[in-house]
Amino acid sequence: MPFNPKHILSIKTLTAEEINFILNTADSFKEINTRQIKKVPTLRGKTIVNLFFEASTRTRTSFEIAGKRLSADTVNISASSSSVVKGETLEDTAQNIEAMHPDIIVMRHSASGACDYLAERLNCSVINAGDGTHEHPSQALLDAFTIRQHKGDIKGLTVTIAGDIAHSRVVRSNIYCLNKLGAKVKIAGPRTMLPPGLEKLGCEVHHNLKDAITDADCIMMLRIQRERQGKTLIPSLREYSRFFGLNDNNLQLAKDDAIVLHPGPMNRGVEISSSVADGKQNVILDQVENGVAVRMALLYLVAGGEKLQDS
Amino acid sequence: MSVETIEILDSEGVQRALTRIAHEILEKNSGVDDLLLIGIRTGGAYLATQLQQKISEIEGTSVSMGIIDVTMYRDDLGSRNNLEVGQSYIRVPVTDKKVILVDDVLYTGRTIRAALEAVIALGRPQNIQLAILVDRGHRELPIRPDYIGRNIPTAQNEQIRVDFDDNNTAQAVHLLRS
Repeated sequence: MPFNPKHILSIKTLTAEEINFILNTADSFKEINTRQIKKVPTLRGKTIVNLFFEASTRTRTSFEIAGKRLSADTVNISASSSSVVKGETLEDTAQNIEAMHPDIIVMRHSASGACDYLAERLNCSVINAGDGTHEHPSQALLDAFTIRQHKGDIKGLTVTIAGDIAHSRVVRSNIYCLNKLGAKVKIAGPRTMLPPGLEKLGCEVHHNLKDAITDADCIMMLRIQRERQGKTLIPSLREYSRFFGLNDNNLQLAKDDAIVLHPGPMNRGVEISSSVADGKQNVILDQVENGVAVRMALLYLVAGGEKLQDS
Repeated sequence: MSVETIEILDSEGVQRALTRIAHEILEKNSGVDDLLLIGIRTGGAYLATQLQQKISEIEGTSVSMGIIDVTMYRDDLGSRNNLEVGQSYIRVPVTDKKVILVDDVLYTGRTIRAALEAVIALGRPQNIQLAILVDRGHRELPIRPDYIGRNIPTAQNEQIRVDFDDNNTAQAVHLLRS
């Protein structure tokens, strides 16, 4: 199957076949990360710019390591140290970067749709590393990769995603991704954090965490994004933790071999208790490890081949 | 456009060629010590498995084998349509081994160049040798096989096809002329 995307902007526009192709490619790249010499020459001579307008450690480091292991030259730009603070617009910043002829721009931005906007205006490839509350495709792909690694096949699994749904781009990408791969997705969160119309994306919506995690194969806890909504959506963190925190007690409602995922960074004692975060069912560090392989696959796929599609 | 298909080797012919290559490998390396067969995905990997069987039949001891995918080392990233990358399985360290690279058809030599780089990235072998079922000529790089099943001078517009059955055993070699 030929799959030579120019950009990776969202999961919504990918087919199940294309998602599996990315995951299989990541599977082949994963081995490089355990070698003594962790480098292959695949993207020799390519320049990748990591353009991060929002704080990120995991994703940016992961993309940077992925690029370096493929022999590309990676450059990091973060908003706090760039001309953005001097008032430059996104388009001007991007055009200035493009004038230096990078091959791929990996961008995170606080505005939903910022990556699509850029992809329409630039000649180089764009990879979305999270745009506002829209999508975070590489996170959903590494989640799917991790679930596949532990469960074999995603088809037929029940995956519960709980937390601040309204402000989460991870959840949107994950709903698309898991639905396409044939999993049943259950969503749980306080009413103030559940956007209306979620059912239309093809998932089951619960207002009670216990209902949602009963008999689940995978549980994905989301962070309370304190920097985004202030404190108006929940009365207190303690109350949130009591009703929507994952702990040893409610974890027992899920299947015995259920795995616990978290996209990070974790708020221990809020959405996930320390004993679960360090427990034997957690695969949180596997997610981080797999993130590098998945991002290597994405960089390789947008860089390689003759461009067939412009989506 | 009709395609003319000429059989170069039948099933027995392939088996005889592989048996001879197995003997030549053993003769040149004085046995199986430190030998490591590495098949290049996918045809070469199948042939390496068969060579491994033949060597163990002849010598009575098994020889290590690995599979390598050279996609990550190719020089044509920008012009390929199929970007599929297969997995490599090499369970033993290659350092100080006598590595026998195995492939089905040797043509421009570019795949072998990529394979050499892929093997060297994993360690420092004692030496690397090359076993090929069919050498069809038209080299673009200074690469020469050590063991050859059959030399077939071809024209650029001709193709060589190696057929494998469901058990991945080589059944025949055909020349396609269009």
